[in-house]
Amino acid sequence: MAEFLQFLISGLTVGAVYALVALGFTLIYNASGVVNFAQGEFVMLGGMVTVFTFAAGVPLPLAALFAIVVSIVVGLLLHRLAIEPARGASAVTLIIITIGASILLRGVAQIVFDKQFHKLPAFTGDAPVDIMGAAVQPQSFWVLGGAGVVVLGLYVFLEHTVLGKAVLATAANRLAARLVGINTTTIMALAFGGSAAIGAVAGILVTPITLTSYDVGTLLALKGFAAAMLGGMGNPLGAVVGGLLLGLLEAFGAGYLSSTYKDAFAFLVILIVLFAAPQGLFGRRVVERV
Amino acid sequence: MRAFANHRFLTLAILAAVIAVLPLVFPSSYYFRVASLVWVSALAAIGLNILMGQAGQVSLGHAAFFGIGAYAVGIGPAHLGIPSWAALLLGAALSAVLAYLVGRPILRLKGHYLAIATLGLGVLVALVISTESGWTGGPDGMPVARLTLFGWRVSGSDTWYWVTGGLLLVGTWIALNLDETPTGRAFRALHDSEVAAQVVGVDIARFKLQAFVIAAVYASLAGSALAFMNGFITPDQAGFLHSVELVTIVVLGGLGSVVGSIVGAAVLVTLPQALTVFHEYEHLLLGLIIIVSMIFMRNGIVPSLSALFFQRARS
Repeated sequence: MAEFLQFLISGLTVGAVYALVALGFTLIYNASGVVNFAQGEFVMLGGMVTVFTFAAGVPLPLAALFAIVVSIVVGLLLHRLAIEPARGASAVTLIIITIGASILLRGVAQIVFDKQFHKLPAFTGDAPVDIMGAAVQPQSFWVLGGAGVVVLGLYVFLEHTVLGKAVLATAANRLAARLVGINTTTIMALAFGGSAAIGAVAGILVTPITLTSYDVGTLLALKGFAAAMLGGMGNPLGAVVGGLLLGLLEAFGAGYLSSTYKDAFAFLVILIVLFAAPQGLFGRRVVERV
Repeated sequence: MRAFANHRFLTLAILAAVIAVLPLVFPSSYYFRVASLVWVSALAAIGLNILMGQAGQVSLGHAAFFGIGAYAVGIGPAHLGIPSWAALLLGAALSAVLAYLVGRPILRLKGHYLAIATLGLGVLVALVISTESGWTGGPDGMPVARLTLFGWRVSGSDTWYWVTGGLLLVGTWIALNLDETPTGRAFRALHDSEVAAQVVGVDIARFKLQAFVIAAVYASLAGSALAFMNGFITPDQAGFLHSVELVTIVVLGGLGSVVGSIVGAAVLVTLPQALTVFHEYEHLLLGLIIIVSMIFMRNGIVPSLSALFFQRARS
């Protein structure tokens, strides 16, 4: 039971990070139709900027805030300088642009920071908390709680503010949104900024547990993308469930089956899910008009 | 039709001429090596382009087949006592069978779902390769025995330049011809509209599968060639980043353009070599060049430039 609980909590913690990355994917995908492979770099930026600002003597909360602001600026620049000029290009061209952006951001991080692994102190100490025999790092609660706040905040924003509804309208039908007077370019910029902020938060929360370096983004983007697809592309709820599910699959797969094949286990399940439900778990069936 | 045949012949003739003339200007064996790398990547990209550009199906896990080809010629002679040339054919056959088996369920998926499924397949193959270290040497990689054909030991970077160049010519010839066959036309039909293709009687599931298998065999042969050439293989060759590199070559060069894949490979293989002079700015510049060229040549280098050229010629 203690073992089960241990795997459950570590799975949920990792899953919460995947969920945040997947949520970032979904936000950008809904507003602009772009699959942003640079999403993982926001997580890297969040962690790395915090580490280096903190090391320079800035208090941790301020350093974290600064990292979020930097990430948002990078997100806005990405939209303005790389995505906006290529408007109307095919989906695969846009994907290659975001891949280029992720290589570029990694290159910049490698110059501005370094190639070492870095750690942040846990927000509230390192003493593990005992929950029915499972030893849980306090930072896990920060990750889970932080992810919960972000998800809730995003939900309130999308459902209960005019701007949020404009985002939903743009996601539903870009042309119709423009016809009713929504500035879809602003909405897209907002999505890129918001998505960058979500990624940065994930990076800051998880760095005390998993460490960070200039190249952590690739694997996270891959897992986030997988989580988003598992839940059904374009569905925020699906992204969160997909992320948590992926984290749990990895934790239990590593714990009970084989730790070397934990990634294999997750992807195997994704393949099986897609064979059974080609639109993901919560995806809508797309009706193709001819 | 005649014009097309001539066009095809011209493309092949130019490619052969380039392969023949380049060594005259190469100052050192290093250049032979880089050029051979370009031919190998181009071969894999041409195959992937048949799947992506002609049949319109994306694959984000194509390095898996590249890796299978590479490890087949590594494992075959070392662990199973199979001659190298037979291991090469076995790798290609294995890739074809795997593509055939997983292709059927995977190719039912569309767009991003197809992308993640192929990505998953690639991750699985790469994981098996880097984990089963008893067979594959694990993350450190394994040495590959030299290729011996009828007593001729194929080695040396200039020898491999000609071998890979020859392979590329054959691969290009087949891909160019394929475009003009009923199969090639079926590929393009399902690229333009699956529903329309189905309505006029194209068995879309069969042709998608065919394109997938062809692309897998191309990648596998390219992987084997690289393994022989380097005499060493690592799991990176089957990894996600290599898959992404192959897709980038295809899109950068131009989807659906055979010449584009060769140009794309030339750019993406030589660029990092050239950029090493800038040391740590290498990745920054590589990313920047990819972004800028995709923004200004969004259909890929070759289609964009040839459109520009013909526009000029007409006016």
